[in-house]
Amino acid sequence: MQKKANIKELIVISGKGGTGKTSVLGAFASLAKDKVLCDADVDAADLYLILEPDIREKQDFQEGHTAIIDPATCTKCGLCRELCRFHAISPEFKVDPIDCEGCGVCVYFCPEDAINFPVKTCGELFVSETRCGPMVHARLGIAEDNSGKLVTLTRKRANELAQKRNLNFILTDGPPGLACPVIASIAGATGVLIVTEPTLSGHHDMDRVVDLANHFQIPAYACINKYDLNVEMTETIETYAQNKGVPVMGRIPFDPLFTKAMVEKQTIIEYDGSSRAAQAVKEIWEKLESSL
Amino acid sequence: MIISIASGKGGTGKTTIATNLAVALGADVNLLDCDVEEPNDHIFIQPTITHTENVSLKVPQVDMNKCSLCGKCQEICQFQAIAVVGTTVLTFPELCHSCGGCMEVCPENAITEIDREMGTFETGTRNGLAFAYGRLFVGQVMAVPVIERVKEAIQPDKMNIIDAPPGTSCPVISSVKDTDFLILVTEPTPFGLNDLKLAVGMVKILSIPHGIVINRSDLGDDKVKEYAKEENIPILMEIPFDRQIAETYSKGKLLVEELPEWKERFIHLYEDVVKHAKKS
Repeated sequence: MQKKANIKELIVISGKGGTGKTSVLGAFASLAKDKVLCDADVDAADLYLILEPDIREKQDFQEGHTAIIDPATCTKCGLCRELCRFHAISPEFKVDPIDCEGCGVCVYFCPEDAINFPVKTCGELFVSETRCGPMVHARLGIAEDNSGKLVTLTRKRANELAQKRNLNFILTDGPPGLACPVIASIAGATGVLIVTEPTLSGHHDMDRVVDLANHFQIPAYACINKYDLNVEMTETIETYAQNKGVPVMGRIPFDPLFTKAMVEKQTIIEYDGSSRAAQAVKEIWEKLESSL
Repeated sequence: MIISIASGKGGTGKTTIATNLAVALGADVNLLDCDVEEPNDHIFIQPTITHTENVSLKVPQVDMNKCSLCGKCQEICQFQAIAVVGTTVLTFPELCHSCGGCMEVCPENAITEIDREMGTFETGTRNGLAFAYGRLFVGQVMAVPVIERVKEAIQPDKMNIIDAPPGTSCPVISSVKDTDFLILVTEPTPFGLNDLKLAVGMVKILSIPHGIVINRSDLGDDKVKEYAKEENIPILMEIPFDRQIAETYSKGKLLVEELPEWKERFIHLYEDVVKHAKKS
């Protein structure tokens, strides 16, 4: 991705879902200045629920194709069914749009030219204004694919917006997991913050995203959310992080205030800036800002 | 029968439900962890692994002695995974969806397929419980081929429980397709509700009977319950936030073994699922 040298892009990821990525990123949105916000979790985007964006620009996301057999032209010769490796064509010669991979093999080989191959609209991209600054976000259609490409497009728009408005930070909420959308989220970023939790699962999943960040040579930082639910495990994870060369930016206590803030559509900083949890996130942000 | 556990939002408790349900029911159960990006069930199940294999995808290999540089392979490929560049043909295996189009179209029969390894697949047992899971290699983009391999381990004569990845896109669809009943795990928060609605949208497209489990049911608001009522979706179970439960989970332990009162509740959950599955 082409980026001006002075724009820094931080992606919040976790491996394991539900560790608090969006709540932490929302808090950063209240703390950071001169930034663009970006929600790259296009499959289950939640940041908009806190920041209530005012949508200024909307764009269809079109990517890939689906085969559609025209029954009037089809002679039921069966070649398409034979060639389709995704078992997407029924004995009645109907294509299941969910199984169709969009490879076009049936379209190419149909002797009757009976198969259409229209472009799919698989989502929407939004450019918005929020009380915390401009925001680029997206929505992948339910049961659609191509999430990685929508993530890339979302980040590209955020980067263009940052350049245009002369903003030097992009704060991006990443998806859970390890594959396509996560790789698309972190490729070429300035750094990733891994939000983890003190559980065996959290540790296991963090280990895999640390390897992923190393694989793509992206500096990784970590913080431990709900640390007091198992202090011993928090210490284990901190030692592990140190050994892996991942700086630990801080610990956030378990606090139902995060949920209360979410219900009120506020960030933890807005809801109760003097709480222990808010102070912890603030310290993490300050450390990150000077590290990036 | 196949019961799948899915959620939309990550971290709502899919693994907790899948592993505890499987262990509560005991023998004749086959637990399959389809979250191949971040598999966690094995941490709780601690299975004795009896079989390990690598999962691979067929990708093209071009014999340049036969290739006439006609470019038909590049033309048919929808994924930019093969390209004629000067006097050679480049392949990009990580972009290949293994559709076989290039091999089929090549007039010189210059393309064959080789295996590209993407992850591992393992099966094992624990006190009579059968267990299968996949693990995508770090840096691999496509999870679906590994998920498909795990699903081949479904045993029709057993109760199969599938733990799906979070979200609503291709890895989830691939995991939960052909399921008899879907348990959607959520939490009563705005994020939980938003992602639950996405998951319900997905199960409606797939026409799978479903019900809801509300985890940390006392941390949040009533909107998930209101939504379930409006949509006429049964609430199968509620699990309150409890430090003891959180600690048990954090250590990789099972509720049905550490806190015995939960065993009965999970058996009850199963009976409820069967009842609802029959009704629809």
